[in-house]
Amino acid sequence: MEKFDVIVVGGGLAGLAAAYTLAQEDLEVLVLERGDYSGAKNVTGGRLYLNPVRDLFPDLWKKAPLERFIAHEEVAMMAEKRSVTIRYSGEELRQEPYQSYSVLRAKFDRWLAKQAERKGAMLVAKSRVDEVIIENGQVVGVRAGGDELHADVVIACDGALSLVAEQAGLRQPGNPHDFAVGFKEIIELDPAVIEDRFGLEGNEGAARLYMGEVTRGKFGGGFLYTNKESLSLGIVVGIKDLMDGSPQVQAPQLLDDLKQRPEVASLIRGGQTVEYSAHVIPEGGLKALTKLYGNGILVAGDAAGFSMNIGVTVRGMEYALASGYYAAQAVLKAREAGQYTANQLSVYELLLKDSFVMKDFQNFKDAPTALDNPRFFTVYPEMVTTMMSELYAVDDGPKERIYPTIKKHLTIREMWDMLGDFRKVRKL
Amino acid sequence: MSEILGLKAKLGLDVFKHDSEPHIRIKAGMEKDPRLKKAVLVCPAGLYSLNDAGEVEFTIDGCLECGTCRLACGTEVLDWNYPTGGAGVQFRFG
Repeated sequence: MEKFDVIVVGGGLAGLAAAYTLAQEDLEVLVLERGDYSGAKNVTGGRLYLNPVRDLFPDLWKKAPLERFIAHEEVAMMAEKRSVTIRYSGEELRQEPYQSYSVLRAKFDRWLAKQAERKGAMLVAKSRVDEVIIENGQVVGVRAGGDELHADVVIACDGALSLVAEQAGLRQPGNPHDFAVGFKEIIELDPAVIEDRFGLEGNEGAARLYMGEVTRGKFGGGFLYTNKESLSLGIVVGIKDLMDGSPQVQAPQLLDDLKQRPEVASLIRGGQTVEYSAHVIPEGGLKALTKLYGNGILVAGDAAGFSMNIGVTVRGMEYALASGYYAAQAVLKAREAGQYTANQLSVYELLLKDSFVMKDFQNFKDAPTALDNPRFFTVYPEMVTTMMSELYAVDDGPKERIYPTIKKHLTIREMWDMLGDFRKVRKL
Repeated sequence: MSEILGLKAKLGLDVFKHDSEPHIRIKAGMEKDPRLKKAVLVCPAGLYSLNDAGEVEFTIDGCLECGTCRLACGTEVLDWNYPTGGAGVQFRFG
């Protein structure tokens, strides 16, 4: 039987952030990763916002294999046959330090794993944790591939389903209402073509969100990010809505339809799809977070539910990196105190509450309910695009006056409903 | 436009490593459970389908290990685990 200071289950962003931080303080850390390498099981949309985590890992970012910094933001409201797009470009998006980057996880996580190993963490790939070992109510280690491995503390960073936290009694299997599923294609394109099509200079990148008809009015949306030599094009959609919602649609169809939309088809023309991936995303907000600690165990990253959709931004990776970092800090404090009880480890929650992580979750605790409004995905895209179509229309005969055209759509009744919708959004 | 590939062709682009046994199983006696039908809608790899008899059929080949079926159908219906270490999908981009 081998004994370590800390066992980290899952070599993704949370796990590697914890391992990196702990190894830096000379603790003996074992990271168990079930994939062939870190990142082999991980998927992002995706973009990483650096500002909140820059200072937690000051030495990391200079050489990090990030794709493009996002300099152009777009959101499109999609109706069945038309769309209205808002494009935002701001000087600050083009100034260093850049706010966010597109990223590919197989590449990024593999690199981060190397950095953690350089600090002294031990990484074992191709190793699935089968069981949590609990003695007298205290987590003391894990069983993986027939080996029994012990540690003072286990950090569960095993992703959105976290079977480890479930076994340790810190969470239930999860309610479909609190999760979305994301799936995407990586479409390879020549960098010069990408830069031309998206109007990018050098390493600039673009982010595009599509809402409305792309999910058939279900909670979610489409996304497109430019990488160095490829595009990430995908769909995120609420699992509950997919299960129950009318109209009935099979998930993969949504992405095929998105690819055929004229707004998207011209951007991906001639590209070569090289990978198709999918991942579950926790989107239940504060109330859906799991218990964050127990005797001898901490939970970080997606495993704890640290991912958040507030409409224009969907974020998870910064929370993973930061929660991994704070889990490591909690372990260091526990080590000083010489005990690893739930009571001692609860300092993890305090550290998170003091950080942007829990502050964000507290501030946006109403986001899941405010945004879970089918009108945002059906009525509004339809109304806005129809209005635009009529404003731009020049038919034979005289053109309708503009004000009556608008008024036709914005009836008192409609405005009353809108007021109701936006009262909820005020809580964001 | 990048072509519409069809799911089989799309999944054929991914790297999969063989596992000794399937990591997801429909529990015995649950083949006709209504909860199982949800998997047909939610699975991004389209691994669940309805046959002519109205039963849900399932194949593990092409599983992306996202866990959506576990959330949608529940653990009473599905015996759900990740593949053994080093098996299953290995994303090259992610």
